[in-house]
Amino acid sequence: MHNESSQTAMYQTPGAIFGRVIVYTILIIAVIYFLIPLFVMIITSLKTMNDIRTGHLISWPREVTLDAWKEAWGTACIGIKCDGIKGYFWNSVRMVVPAVLISTIMGAANGYVFSKWRFKGSETFFSCLLLGCFIPFQVILLPMASTLGRLGIAQSVTGLVLVHIVYGLAFTTLFFRNFYVTISDDLVKAAKIDGAGFFKIFWKIMLPVSIPIFVVAIIWQMTQIWNDFLFGVAFSGSDSQPVTVALNNLVNTSTGVKKYNVDMASAIIAGIPTLFVYIVAGKYFLRGLTAGAVKG
Amino acid sequence: MASLTITNIKKSFGLVDVLKGISLSIESGELLVLVGPSGCGKSTLLNLIAGLEGITSGEIKIGNRVVNSIRPKDRDIAMVFQSYALYPSMNVRQNLSFGLETRRVPKTQIEETIRRVANMLQISELLDRKPSQLSGGQRQRVAMGRALARDPVIFLFDEPLSNLDAKLRVEMRTEIKLLHQRIKTTIVYVTHDQIEAMTLADRIAIMKDGNIQQFETPQQIYENPSNLFVAGFIGSPSMNFIPCRIANHGQRKGVFLETGNGRSFFLPIEQSGLNLDPWIDREVILGIRPEKISHGFPDQAGNPQIHEIESVVKVLEPTGPDVLVFVNINGKEVTCRANPNAVKPPGEPMKLMVDISKAVLFDPQTEERIGK
Repeated sequence: MHNESSQTAMYQTPGAIFGRVIVYTILIIAVIYFLIPLFVMIITSLKTMNDIRTGHLISWPREVTLDAWKEAWGTACIGIKCDGIKGYFWNSVRMVVPAVLISTIMGAANGYVFSKWRFKGSETFFSCLLLGCFIPFQVILLPMASTLGRLGIAQSVTGLVLVHIVYGLAFTTLFFRNFYVTISDDLVKAAKIDGAGFFKIFWKIMLPVSIPIFVVAIIWQMTQIWNDFLFGVAFSGSDSQPVTVALNNLVNTSTGVKKYNVDMASAIIAGIPTLFVYIVAGKYFLRGLTAGAVKG
Repeated sequence: MASLTITNIKKSFGLVDVLKGISLSIESGELLVLVGPSGCGKSTLLNLIAGLEGITSGEIKIGNRVVNSIRPKDRDIAMVFQSYALYPSMNVRQNLSFGLETRRVPKTQIEETIRRVANMLQISELLDRKPSQLSGGQRQRVAMGRALARDPVIFLFDEPLSNLDAKLRVEMRTEIKLLHQRIKTTIVYVTHDQIEAMTLADRIAIMKDGNIQQFETPQQIYENPSNLFVAGFIGSPSMNFIPCRIANHGQRKGVFLETGNGRSFFLPIEQSGLNLDPWIDREVILGIRPEKISHGFPDQAGNPQIHEIESVVKVLEPTGPDVLVFVNINGKEVTCRANPNAVKPPGEPMKLMVDISKAVLFDPQTEERIGK
């Protein structure tokens, strides 16, 4: 009995308890610091303008209403058009889906070539491609604008898709190449002897085992492209703006009264897809990144 | 089945010469083992035969066809890898049929082949499993099955048993040997394990630093190694190398063995075809295998090639059927094999019988065998 109590005492020495209290306090403060803006946004979007004027920042809504949300989606004024952000939301979707899919599949093919079909100068080529990961967006704005103009797709969703594919290719190639390098070369050798060529090996052998890194690439690209503002504002016309740009314009458009509840609702709408992706697939992202690290 | 003829193959990676001129040829149905230490070039040679790497110079013929520029899939070969290289996303059945499907073999023939191969290797109940659900030995058999299903003219094995535990390795070795006896295929087998080489090969090619050291049957290599490296590589425990001097003693030529405590024994060396005259008073290395130094050779009572010496036992290592006795001769540690009941404990002198008939002599400078 004496041993038992001394054992439990060891786990809970005053020093250990104090340490835990400090750690938890810091963590709780950090959580509050990060979540308070989201909390404020959500409750503000559920209030009426009256409520906002007469209450204060973190007060609970007197009556919960979804009017701000409806207005944000369908009737809010952005510039001179008053159709809400739904059109721009769909612009973003139309931009993100092809850009993510194409940049991912091309990255997979590139990674496959760089890791399994090394050719003369492939290492140099890969280093150049890698440089693309580190080039600041701003550097390529002018050249890209002139290229899009020459291709006739300036200020369109197609143009944005192209920009994001090109820019994202550096990252997706890197992801896939690093993943495929961990897959044994013997697999490709065995397939070559079995008679499979370049594409057959890609389809039947490499792709089926690439699910983890596909998830990583898709999540990464999706969040990068959806959240992008710079390319969006530089290369889109008034019809082809993505939701990030539209949000900025919406917040800056006001006819006298600043409708905070509508602004908040729009911001949340703009952020929902990426939030959703991280909540649902976040752990797969981490799993995918470490998938190649431990040899099965 | 086809023969394989390799003529003066050289392979360089940039400035590094990995293969420096390899020539050999094997008959259809032969099992050739390429054996040697890591880095000797044996896997590179196998990759060249398979067509997975290009040749720097030389010629490879499979049967009567020169295959230098023919792609792997058209050379009619199959390969079993050390890592098995089973396609992870396909089950066993699909792994076996992949090579046949890419060659557009009719479905019924594919099914028949899979059935036959699965029966032969006893993997019929594993056909619906994925590689990750198989044990090491099962994966190895599936890898062999994949090669067998292709029914090629030459099989290539790249250290297929290296990833198995010791017991399984011995079992699979026998299975491979039985397989070869049954279907008489032409096989090129790469290994670093000299026991696998001895037990499996029709002929062994021992390689070192990109060159073939000796290319003969296992027994010939064991009894007549052409140089010091081959002699020390094949055989476990390895051959004893005793430095000594050729001397004339009472009209017979031989060597003196100093066994410690001032004792010295003369061993005459008389082998037909061996002329020791140019070697009188010169240093040589005497190579003698551990099983040729023993407590006695009871069934060879009158053999004039067996001589008695005595030495102090340094260490005893029991192996089960016999005991390895370590003694000191001419300043070198020498291994002997003796019956467990006939050994003396460490520190005591022990009488040893030496069978000099199979001993070999090496030139210490060139490391070549004397009297080849």
